[in-house]
Amino acid sequence: MEKEKSGLDRRSFLDYFLGGGVVALIGSVFFPVLKYIMPPAIPQAVQNDVVAAKANELQPNAGKIFRFGNKPGILVRTPEGDYRAFSAVCTHLQCTVQYRDDFKHIWCACHNAHFDLNGRNIAGPPPRPLEEYRVEIRGEEVVVIRKA
Amino acid sequence: MSQEDNITNSHAEKAGFWRERFPLDAVAYFFKKKNVPMHRHSIWYYLGGMTLFFFIIQVGTGILLLLYYRPTAEAAFESVQFIMTKVQFGWLIRSIHSWSANLMVAAAMIHMFSVFLMKAYRKPREITWVSGVLLFFLTLGFGFSGYLLPWNTLAYFATKVGTEIVSVIPFIGHDLLVFLRGGEEVTGATLTRFFGIHVAVLPMLVTALLVLHLLLVQVQGMSVPPSQIEISARNKPMPFFPYFLLRDLLGWLVALGVLIALAALFPWELGEKADPFAPAPPGIKPEWYFLFMFQTLKYIPAKILFMDGEVLGILAFGLVGLFWLLIPFIDRRPEERRSSRWFTAFGWAAIAFIIVMSLIAYVIPQTF
Repeated sequence: MEKEKSGLDRRSFLDYFLGGGVVALIGSVFFPVLKYIMPPAIPQAVQNDVVAAKANELQPNAGKIFRFGNKPGILVRTPEGDYRAFSAVCTHLQCTVQYRDDFKHIWCACHNAHFDLNGRNIAGPPPRPLEEYRVEIRGEEVVVIRKA
Repeated sequence: MSQEDNITNSHAEKAGFWRERFPLDAVAYFFKKKNVPMHRHSIWYYLGGMTLFFFIIQVGTGILLLLYYRPTAEAAFESVQFIMTKVQFGWLIRSIHSWSANLMVAAAMIHMFSVFLMKAYRKPREITWVSGVLLFFLTLGFGFSGYLLPWNTLAYFATKVGTEIVSVIPFIGHDLLVFLRGGEEVTGATLTRFFGIHVAVLPMLVTALLVLHLLLVQVQGMSVPPSQIEISARNKPMPFFPYFLLRDLLGWLVALGVLIALAALFPWELGEKADPFAPAPPGIKPEWYFLFMFQTLKYIPAKILFMDGEVLGILAFGLVGLFWLLIPFIDRRPEERRSSRWFTAFGWAAIAFIIVMSLIAYVIPQTF
């Protein structure tokens, strides 16, 4: 029998050809499915400031959750009467934090994370401090502003 | 013709219709021949069937809940409230569904660990073990996806944390998080997605794997633990039909009694409607079968070398899960009739770890 001259004989050529076709077919079926199950990104208008509270709403040593865009923020009035504002999303696993008047600092109930009044992670598992916002008193309103 | 032949013939005539259409003889022969080995650990053979029983309850009550449940952020909580307060026996159906879910996880867990300690995963039962572990993971998936559906505060945060945990997986973590949540945040899109996963995707996967799992058990018969082979050889095996099956049914009857009692005496609470702009409530913790992981993650420091402690902990759990899945391919000793004491020790250590961590999570107050 005469030997094939080319390095690729007819059988393997057909195998690759068919195999490649099957892979392409499976790919063309599953690519749209994979793309379909990933939800489309919905653009959010970036909000850079928000009225978090009325000026006389918060007593010293108290905190309040407010809406900042689609995420919760926390406004704290320190025992001394200063305002502080942070993202209320715990840097550990994204639970929503709260102000504990008995600790006089911020606490997350999910995994016992503690943050001081500068947003620093002082105990528990969180790896980073809370994102800090600027606070301005404009007449009767406490306005929270995202830092640039 | 003997009397015995006559009886057989009359049976044959009655069964004639089916006999022509289905290999009924083969099935009858199979059931006649199926035996259950008798030895000191035979009691553990009932746990798989028990898990199956709770699964059947879940399918039935799940279908009933579907008649009233509405999977949107606006209506989910209210629809469950409606089931619990307005629909006749709605509270009972929902309560049974929740309790049976927990009992099913417990039964599956006991079944899995007993199979592990009796080394029933050894050749040629590797695939039975792998399908069983996958079924267990899917069961946890059912628990996790179903937990969100009433859309209450605890479920909201549990889902937030649970899906956030997925995001630490290298490379694909964030995509997985977006896939699970249906976006960047836990929203109504997440609820609808979890609903689809809970009532369509997981049931389909579980059904396929369950058929494979049960078929393999039937084909291969019951495994006798290496330590019981001699005892089992001395004892007469119990015919499955009807003796073992009747004991199975008795067990199911007791389980049904326990289930109804729990559901009636301790109806499953609904809690408060999820509010994405409320702090996580104090004392929040996951369902009991995730407690040991939750407690372990609490002990891992925030940073280990250059990595987040959490990431390391979660990856470690992932690796242990993979090890567990591949046990039959790693522990080759028992099939060579040699003892694999290290693996037995590992099994007991895992059980002790789960129990101790869960107990600590229960005993130590959360608001320290």
